[in-house]
Order: sequence, then structure tokens, then C-alpha cells
Amino acid sequence: MLVEVIIEFVQTLAVALGAPLLVGFVRKMKARLQGRRGAPVVQPYRDLRKWLAKDVVLSENTSWIFRFTPYLLVATMLLSALIVPVLTTHTPLGFMGNIIVLMYLFLLGTFFLALAGLDAGSAFGGMGSSRAMAIAALAEPTVMIAIFAIALRAGTTRLDHIIVHYSADGLLVLNPGHLLAFVAFFIVALAETGRLPVDNPATHLELTMIHEAMVLEYSGRYLALIEWAAAMKLFLFLTLLANLFFPWGVAPSLAPAALVVALVVLVAKLSVLATGVALLETALAKLRLFRVPELLSGSFLMALLAVVSFFFVA
Amino acid sequence: MMINETLVLKLLNLTLFCFGLGALASLALARRAPAARWTGHMLALLGAGSVGTLAVAGLAGGTAHWTLSGLLPFGGVVLGIDRLSAFFLLIIAVGGFPASLYALGYTRAYESRHSLGAMACTWNLFLATMTLVVLARNVLTFLVLWEAMSLVSYFLVLTESDHAETQHAGLVYLVMTHAGFACLLMGFLLLAHATGTMDFAHWRAATASLGASTRHAIFILLALGFGAKAGVIPLHIWLPQAHPAAPSHVSAVMSGVMIKLGIYGLIRLGFDWLGIGPAVWGGAILAVAAVSAVLGVLYALMEQDLKRLLAYSSVENVGIILLGIGAGLLFQAYHLPGLAALALLAGLYHTLNHAAFKSLLFMTAGAVVQATHTRHMEAMGGLIKRMPQTALFFLVGSVAIAALPPFNGFFSEWLTFQSLLLSWQIPARDVNLIFALAIAALALTSGLAAACFVKAFGITFLALPRSDQAGQACEVSWVMRAGMALLALACLALGIWPVGVLYALQATIFEMNGAYANLYFDWKTVVANPPFATVAPLLMACALAALLAAIPLALRLRRGRTVRRYYETWGCGRALQTARFEYTSTAFANPFKRVFAFLYRPIKELDIEFHPESRFFVRTIAYRNEVRSVFEEALYQPLIRSTQWIAEQARRLQSGNVQSYLLYILIALVILILLAR
Repeated sequence: MLVEVIIEFVQTLAVALGAPLLVGFVRKMKARLQGRRGAPVVQPYRDLRKWLAKDVVLSENTSWIFRFTPYLLVATMLLSALIVPVLTTHTPLGFMGNIIVLMYLFLLGTFFLALAGLDAGSAFGGMGSSRAMAIAALAEPTVMIAIFAIALRAGTTRLDHIIVHYSADGLLVLNPGHLLAFVAFFIVALAETGRLPVDNPATHLELTMIHEAMVLEYSGRYLALIEWAAAMKLFLFLTLLANLFFPWGVAPSLAPAALVVALVVLVAKLSVLATGVALLETALAKLRLFRVPELLSGSFLMALLAVVSFFFVA
Repeated sequence: MMINETLVLKLLNLTLFCFGLGALASLALARRAPAARWTGHMLALLGAGSVGTLAVAGLAGGTAHWTLSGLLPFGGVVLGIDRLSAFFLLIIAVGGFPASLYALGYTRAYESRHSLGAMACTWNLFLATMTLVVLARNVLTFLVLWEAMSLVSYFLVLTESDHAETQHAGLVYLVMTHAGFACLLMGFLLLAHATGTMDFAHWRAATASLGASTRHAIFILLALGFGAKAGVIPLHIWLPQAHPAAPSHVSAVMSGVMIKLGIYGLIRLGFDWLGIGPAVWGGAILAVAAVSAVLGVLYALMEQDLKRLLAYSSVENVGIILLGIGAGLLFQAYHLPGLAALALLAGLYHTLNHAAFKSLLFMTAGAVVQATHTRHMEAMGGLIKRMPQTALFFLVGSVAIAALPPFNGFFSEWLTFQSLLLSWQIPARDVNLIFALAIAALALTSGLAAACFVKAFGITFLALPRSDQAGQACEVSWVMRAGMALLALACLALGIWPVGVLYALQATIFEMNGAYANLYFDWKTVVANPPFATVAPLLMACALAALLAAIPLALRLRRGRTVRRYYETWGCGRALQTARFEYTSTAFANPFKRVFAFLYRPIKELDIEFHPESRFFVRTIAYRNEVRSVFEEALYQPLIRSTQWIAEQARRLQSGNVQSYLLYILIALVILILLAR
């Protein structure tokens, strides 16, 4: 019992504390790729500490929804961290929900963030909400078909079971269906976490912004919570990509040595994925909003091909 | 547990007594409106409560059979209760009880303008006929009650018949419901003729030996009839007109409960009366379901009328329910009874859930409409401050209908997803791919529904009021809020503790199909097709609540209270903020309108009249941007035109000349004699 509590605690802590570091790492890599020195990797922690210490300025128009949303976002992310196998497949609370539950927890956060965007009554917020919901809605079919592709190959939708099943398969990464599903899920992860080419996390006050437009009215403690939750979402999505599609290294037992290995492997996998994100963000320009559906339908087709390949090839 | 048959009969008698007395008393008291309002709706409330008790008794295994020969030809009135009927009685109670409570307060606004006696009387009759429809056990009983239900609801839709819009809605409803009735009549007569019995109980055994074409014909006719009542696309066109036109407690029960009786009919048809059918039936239902779900929510997104938005979302939810039922039919056709039961269970659970949250949403919408005197969302806004409790109830309904945890919509949609994902067990590749597309359709639907209800709640309740009426709105009376609160609690309870309903549904489906769903559950976890998928709704809700309490507490302990300063919304240095700066409902939906332009075929017109001397001065701007109703244009308009053309041709016979009529009679007589020879 105690071991289980500790392992859940350690995994949640890894997500909660690792998330700002991951964001800092992506920013640093991006800066280096663009020939800048960039802020130190720990800058996101400093930002969070600064915002936490500051007073909050609220719009007079806002209601309790606006104040409730930051807490809900962090709560859904921490709850997701309890379900996702970050370091080990022995997640004691893994039975709380399968991968579909996880996606709906993310959608719950998006739903309330979009409401908060409308709450202040500024045109920026409404625009951000509208666009964020459009992208979330259009990404949803890809998410589910990619999940279907994963479930077909693994025979289960439980995250821990998928990893156990996949790590037994030595030829996994050579399977075209598996790779197609990975690419589809990767594109969706970019869209859901507000990265280029769908949304630009570096913009502030431009008509193209989406996530930044929704959170424009936030300040102080609330902003800290929202940015922290966004970082955790990125962390969780990249962890899912790393652990579901390349399941090696995730500790099959609770032996301390295995956990240490798992941590090292996770850091390595996340660094590779984060570098990939930084590379993409350097190489690609932001898509026009009405080109995003084309990108998402492309990813949908890849996910569908992954399903088709299971039925007709394998 | 055995329930005494006399107890069930007593409950049924009590139910009918309450509704009957309610109908008569409100007519008798029609001259004194408040008395009619209270008596009629209180008795309806008691009757709905008694329906709920009857449902529980039926789900616990109580059965009864009730025959009144003589009242109708061909076997008389035959009523009976089994678990499936009892489950739909539960749905009637879940919608009818809070709606009656709500109506106590809501109909007060009608006192000066309309006859409360007639309103309360038809309300009682409406609930009574719906109750009896699910209990009917032979053809004639069913058809008579079905028609009575349609007519009573037609009168309720016409309550505000002084509006031209309402009259048109009533006409469309009347035509569609009778077209559906005609299909039902033909289907039932065909079925009765082929099997030689009018009794529902004998059909299952008798239909097995029928020829394939007869079975197809019966299935198509009855599915059309029930589908028209359920509001599937393309038979949905009455729904977005009739539901908004009716008073809101009526809309709540029509959308939440009455259209579910179409679902009831489809389940009886596909799983009971016709036994195991060919795969093409399930495939057809699945395809119609996917189209209804996606198109329903897409049309809902474009609506600026709050109640029409909800009506279109009912089309969507009927689609989601039918995805479960269609999948169940397909699993059944491929002899996978455990999965068929799982898919059917998902569909039935969503039926109950939709009754809860759609009734809730229509009631809150009614409260908003009563407070602001408009259904147009562009004239609302800021109501969360003026009507905080109604806003909370609408939010609960929105989160539930957007299928987000921890509310009930999430749980049934999760079950539906699992049953669709498990379709890989069907050994036919083409069917597997159809299922993949159904999964995508359901996913798109749920994403769009979330967007739709962000819009519905955000534009209606958040930010600044967009009109004076919205700025002066007041919270509605406590009885109305009590009705809404009951349903909001139901949405939460059905979402975090599904075990009770799951027990009832397992027994229901076992009774009908002889198989249990591949579903394991205990007080905390639900496992679909173990160990394929798990969820622990109660634990998840508790964990979420604990985190929501712990995070602010931890922050406060560590950093002290949040110091808040209130200031204007930031607006690029502009001085005063008004509601004109807010994002509108149309603007919110615009990305969807552009992405799905191939479906909406929007009309966009911009007319600018410039000043004759300079193009820099504008005199008038006319802007129109509307979504066209493709179904009305492509399907119904030609139908109406051709019907009119036929009628015009037929009119030529009616010259008004008596001699020519005598000639017609003579010709007819001669033909008859020749034929009879």
C-alpha cells in the first residue's frame, strides 16, 4: 500500500516538476537552433515563482468561471498524471481510466478554458475560444482513430497494459501501421498543446494567437496555474508519445534500479521528442487558421491507414 | 426479488388515477387559472412520481398483464410490463417529474394569456399517453395510444398559437408525425398479417419463419415510422421547429422523453419482434446514426436561437444513441451476444442520460427565455450574474451533454466508444472499416458538441449583457429552480455512480436477449470486455474534487490569500468597454461555418451603398449570412411541390358540376361491375 502511494506520488511529482523544465528545454533548443543564446532552461520555474508572488488583476466582467478554471486545469492535469504510466507500468490508480478517459479529461480543461476566454468579454478571448474549440473538435476524430489503431494492436485500451503488450513486441517500430499511428498522434499532440504549425506559443498580442488569446486576461497566481497546466499537458502528451509508441525502458517492476533506468530513459526519450518539436518550430511557419483542418485531416487519414493496415496487412 | 403482481397493478391504477384526475380537475377549474395550474401540475407530479415507482417495481422484476376486452376491437386493450418497458417508464419519470415541478412555476406566466385548464389537462394526458405507449402489448392498443400521444403533444406545441411561427411548426409536426404513423400502420399490419397475430408477445417466435423480403419490408416501414418520431436525419425537420415553439416544460419532455419512444420502438423492432436480423439492418442504422449525430451537432452549432440549438442537439444525441443500437444489431448479426448487449446497454444508458440533461437544458433555457423575453442568443450575455443558479444548472447540463467527466454524458459515451472499439471481434473487414468510420463520427460529434455548448453557455451567460432585457433579467421562482436542481443532481449521480442503472440494464437486456453484456462492475470500477477498458467514475470524481480543494488550500497556506484587483477588460487602450466588443455567437461559430461550408452552403450577401460623391462615405450596409437547410431544399421542397402538382391535377376533376359527378359515379359503377364479374 505504502509503496503504491509512493509510486503515484513520485510519478505525479515527475510530471508536476518536470513540466516547466521540458518547456524550458524546448525553448532553449529553439533558441540554439535559431542562433540565439536563449534564456536558461530553468527560466519557466522563475516565471512561475514570479507570477505566484504577484497580485491578480481581474476583469470586472468576469464571473466565478474565470477564477475556477485555473484550478480545474491544474486538477485535471494532476489527475491525468495519476493515470499515465510515466516511469512504471505498475500505476496503482491506472484502473481509474483508460486512454479515452484521459483524452476527455484534457477536453474538460479545454472546455473550461474556452469558457474563461469568453468570460472577460474581450474580442481577443472570444476569438481564442472559438479557434481553440474548432481545433479541439477537428482533432478529436484523429485522436480516437489513433487510439483505435493502438487498441487493435495491443488488444486493450488501458495505458499500462498497452505498454506491457507493446514492449514484448521486438519488431514494433518496423510496423508501418504503428508508425502511421505515431505520426497521426504526434500531429494531434502539436495541435492540442498549442505548438507550431497550429498555434504559436511565442506570440503575444497577435491576431493569429489561439491559446495566448484565451489566457490574455489572466495574471498573477492564475496565470501561473494556467501556464503550469499547459506545461504539464505538453509533458503528458510527449510522455504518452514516448511510452506508448516506444515502450522500452518503462519499469516493469517497482525495483529501485528499474525505476532509475526508467527515469534516465524517459529523460532521453523526452529530450529527443522535445528536440523534434523545437526543430519543427524552427523549420515551419504557422499555418493559416483555415489550413489547419487540412493538416488535421491529413493526420486523420494517417490514423485511418494505421487501422486499415491492421485489418488488411497484418 | 419477486414483486407482487397486484402491487404493480395498483401502481398502474394509481398512475392513471393521478393523470386522469389531473386532466379532469384542471378542466373543471379552468376558470380559476392559479387553481388549475396548481391542481393540474401537482397531480401530474404525483402521477410522474408514481410512474417512477412503477418503473422501479418493473426493473426489480415485477410483471403484470392487464386486458380490457371490449374497449377496442381485435383483442381489446392489452397492457403489460417487462423490464424494457419499465426502463422507459423510468425515463418518462426522470423527464416528467422535474418538468411537472418546473411547470408549476413556469406556467404562471401563461395565466393571463392562455387557458391554464387546457394546458394542465393536456400536460397530464401527454404524460399518461406516453406511459401507456410503452405498456401497450398489441397492435391496436399501441397505435391508438401512439396517435393520442402525437395529437396531445401537437396541442401542447400549439399553446402559443397566436404566433405564425408556432402555427407553421405545428403543421410541420402534424404532417411528419402522421407520415410516420402511416409507415407504422403499414408495417404493423404487414407484420400482423404475416404472423397471423396482433399480439406483440407472439411475434418473436412467428417472425423467424418469414421470408427475407417480408422481413425487410417490415423492418424498413417500422424503422421509418419510429425514426420519424426519434428525429433521425433526414426525418428530423419537425424537431427544430416544434420543440422551440412549445412551452419549455413541454419542450423538455418532448426532447428528453417523447422522441425516446421512437428509440423504444426501434429496440423492440430490432431485438424483440424480428429476432436476429441480417447485418445490413445494423449497418443501415449505424450509417443513419452517424449522419444524424454529425449533422445534428453541426446544425446546432450554427443556431442563434437557444431552444433551436437544443433541438438540433437532440437530433445529435439520438444519433449517438442509435450508434449503440446499430452496433448492437451488427454484433447480433455476427453472433456476438455479449458485445451486442454491451452496445445496446450503452445506447440505453445514453437514452436515460439524454433524458436527464436535455430536459435540464430545455428547462434552464426556458428560465432564460422567461427572464429575457427572447430566444435569440445574440441578445443575451452576462446572465451568470443575474441568474447564478440557473447558470450553474445550465453549466451542469452543458458539461454533461458535451460528454465531459464526471457527468453522465461522459459515462454513456465512454461505453459507446468501448463497444465500437470492440468491433474488431467481428470477422468481416468491410464491417470493421464501417465501425472505424463510426468511431470517427462519434469522436467528431463529441468534439463539436463541446464547441457547441461552449458557445451556448458562454454567449448566453458570460461577459456583458448584450441587451437591456438581459441586463435586467431576474432569477426565476424557487419551484422552477427545484425542478432544475433535481435534474442537475441526476446528471451528476448518473455520471459518478452508474452501478444501479448498470444492474437494471443488465437484467433488462438479459430478459430480452438472453445474454449479459461483457461488462464487469463493482461499486467503484467498470470494466468493459475485461480487461479491455476500465473506468472508475466515482474515484475520478472524488480525486478531482480533492485536487480542486487541495490546490487553492495549498496555495493559500504557502502564499497567503489571493490579492485581487478589479479593472476593465484590456482592450488595446480603448476607453470604455461595451457589449458590442464581445465576440458574438455568429462569430464564434464562423470557423466551423468555413470548414464545413460544403455542408452548410452558406448564403453570404454584402450590399454597400456609397455616398454618390465619395466612396469613403457609406450610406447603408446590408449584410446577410445564413446557413441553408440542405434537407428542406433538396428533399422536402420537391416533395411538397410534387404533392401540390398532383393535387392541382386532381382538382380538375372537381368542376363543381353535378352532372359530371354523376358521370364519375356511373363510370365507377361500370368499372366495379366489370371487375366484380
